[in-house]
Amino acid sequence: MNIPRPKNLAALAPFLLLLAAIAVYVSVAIATGQTQYLTAENLLGLLGRSIALGITAIGQTFAILIASIDLSVANLISVSAVLASSIMSGDPSMMLPAIAAVLAVGVVVGLINGLVITQFEVNPLIATLGMALILQGLLSATFNNFAGEVPEEFQVFAYGQVGGISISLIFLIALTVAAWVFLRFTRAGSNIYSVGGNPDASKLAGMRTTRVVIMAHVICSVCATIAGLYLASRLRSGAPWIGRDGVYDLESIAVVVIGGTALSGGRGGVWGTLMGVMIFSLIDSIFNIAGVDAFAKQILRGVIIVAAVAVYAVRSRRIEA
Amino acid sequence: MSGDIIFEMKGITKVFPGIKALDGVSFSARAGEVHALVGENGAGKSTLMKVLSGVYQAEEGDIFLRGQKVRFQHPLESLAQGVSVIYQEFSLLPDRTVAQNIFLGREPTRSWGLLDTEKMRRETQDVLALFGDRHRFGPETLVSDLDVAQQQMVEIAKALSLNAQVIVMDEPTAALNDTECDLLFQLVDDLRGQGRSIVYITHRMREIRRLADRVTVIKDGKVAAAFDHVPETGRIVEAMVGRDIGHFYPEPATPEEIGDAVLTVRGGGNDRLFDIDLELRAGQITGFAGVQGAGRTALALALFGAEPFETGTVTVDGKSVSLTSPRSAAKAGIAMLPGDRKAEGLMLMQSVRDNGMISARAFSGTLGAPDKTPITTLDQMDALFDAFDLRAANYEVEIQSLSGGNQQKAIVARWLSLAPKVLIFVEPTRGIDVNTKAGIYAQMRKLAQQGAAVMAISSDLPEVLGISDRVLVMSDGNIVAEFGHGASETEVMHAATEAHLELEAS
Repeated sequence: MNIPRPKNLAALAPFLLLLAAIAVYVSVAIATGQTQYLTAENLLGLLGRSIALGITAIGQTFAILIASIDLSVANLISVSAVLASSIMSGDPSMMLPAIAAVLAVGVVVGLINGLVITQFEVNPLIATLGMALILQGLLSATFNNFAGEVPEEFQVFAYGQVGGISISLIFLIALTVAAWVFLRFTRAGSNIYSVGGNPDASKLAGMRTTRVVIMAHVICSVCATIAGLYLASRLRSGAPWIGRDGVYDLESIAVVVIGGTALSGGRGGVWGTLMGVMIFSLIDSIFNIAGVDAFAKQILRGVIIVAAVAVYAVRSRRIEA
Repeated sequence: MSGDIIFEMKGITKVFPGIKALDGVSFSARAGEVHALVGENGAGKSTLMKVLSGVYQAEEGDIFLRGQKVRFQHPLESLAQGVSVIYQEFSLLPDRTVAQNIFLGREPTRSWGLLDTEKMRRETQDVLALFGDRHRFGPETLVSDLDVAQQQMVEIAKALSLNAQVIVMDEPTAALNDTECDLLFQLVDDLRGQGRSIVYITHRMREIRRLADRVTVIKDGKVAAAFDHVPETGRIVEAMVGRDIGHFYPEPATPEEIGDAVLTVRGGGNDRLFDIDLELRAGQITGFAGVQGAGRTALALALFGAEPFETGTVTVDGKSVSLTSPRSAAKAGIAMLPGDRKAEGLMLMQSVRDNGMISARAFSGTLGAPDKTPITTLDQMDALFDAFDLRAANYEVEIQSLSGGNQQKAIVARWLSLAPKVLIFVEPTRGIDVNTKAGIYAQMRKLAQQGAAVMAISSDLPEVLGISDRVLVMSDGNIVAEFGHGASETEVMHAATEAHLELEAS
């Protein structure tokens, strides 16, 4: 994996964290005599279980890179899953219209988030929380159970395999590469880092900063709708609670931050986020193999997130000093 | 009417890394007097007062308070001993009441630790009564509902409620209008009448004449003159100025170097600027002088479209332009190098290269390669850095690791990639050490020689005079005077500070 421009140690931190997580995973598996978990296939499978989180988090990385945040992704995932499965209603010919409609919803939601944040200067936390509540309200008013179903052809997205590797995993990696190329090799990408680094200075350098902010939010929302399409494919139907049940809003933020992207914006990237997703799945698997009970698991996860961010904070203070 | 000496500072020396901010300064204040402390920006006035209040500790020298030797380690210690400093930046909480602000951090309590709001209200009332009926607000008024002058009264009330015998006011009229100033002067008279000693920091002559009993002038960290009375204005200004400018500044432009008018403003105005007529010529450095709040920065922001003109017309190279945003100004060929580099100029966590390329990228299509814009390539940017002798380990390091002078060079390079016709430097050498300053001046001259119209705004008057071919003096949002190269600080300072007096006299 190619880490984009490791300007300093901070870029390597998530990688080291991932290695540590793998080391713990291996030692727990060996210590408990469950060496069947140690195949390469199994490790890749870890990522496979977090496809939806991964896609959402790639989008969330864009929002956080411009020093914004998006709390509406979880409900947007539900909206797009429900919308996709009810438009398709098992009819393969409706697949493309459904996908187009869902992506369009993503663009619109991202546009609204971005416009509210830039034009009305509403704090992103509140703007996207408001959007989350609105989407929630729309869902509750329209659906109360699984709605529609996706045709078998569409389930290929979640269950299909090419050369023994699942299509969804290939998609996630391809999406990450695309996002990386965008951030690293286009001016729009470098604008994102500049706006996140210092919006005032960017504006005074002649940049149209509002466009950059809106673009990042559109990318974030579209990624969330893709995650919704994936979940509809995987669950064979959409339900109005799948986004919320997956806690995709908070978890996507958590993995982005664990992946080394600064909440204050301007620093980080999608490879770190992908590592963050893997670290998260590894932690889950470690607890599973070790047989930690569900409540303790939740507490430990919380502790690990806070500890990881605290470590980053201490390090970046040292760099500044 | 002056009484005993309340405090005395003897031979105070304070060293900061690289500079001696204060060098053997002695200063004192008697009961019932106003002692004006005068000097240019950076002369050491504020540093001296911070030593008095315990914000800084002096390397050498002693402080005596009512004859007792003291050594304050923290402002709280001096506050307890009756020394209050009112800074230009108020330290009030806007969403709390006057009484809550006055008792901030030392709220009286009743049993069970409950706040004694009644006592707070009563004591605030008592303190405000010292102002007579001038304050027009009560203990329960929210600070955010007060105007600047009233907020200042709250600061003073805070000092009085601590029973301060020494009150230091750091340029208290900087943000006040004329009526508010008069009110403040009356207050200061009252405080003097109550036997308190006031240290009044200013660089406005008319305030000194109106208020002071004694005047001490500080220049370059030393006492340049101490008067036991208020001397004529000329003598104060003389003491403030009169430094060796030497060959620190590049040669002024020759008549051949000065070209046609590049930028013309006719009748430009907004809520801080009035009827601005201005012409900036190619090859010429035009400096702007004036006291704080005179409108120099407002003019720069208007020309750069950050706080646009609402009236008037602007032309660049004869073509009418509309400067409604920094982007539109940059498109018209105007560049601004902000005074607060960290907040307005730099992406601190990004590389030197990214900081240099940002404008070129902003004016190119968004999907192209960031390192090869139609405006400039990374190689050309590197060449620009090299040409300016930008010192960095390499150009990929984060720009925050560079010195202020090198950061400034990166921002200059950023703008040069757009080939601007007008370059506005705001406080070009703020936070930059003396040795680097000469390099920046040479750079500004070079840019002018290459055909740019350069505008320089600085609160450092000798700097403005040293680098400029032409000096415009601003006051109250107007351009009030113009001088050629070689104007004396005295005449410029007179023009900048006396505008009010002339208006009053006429």
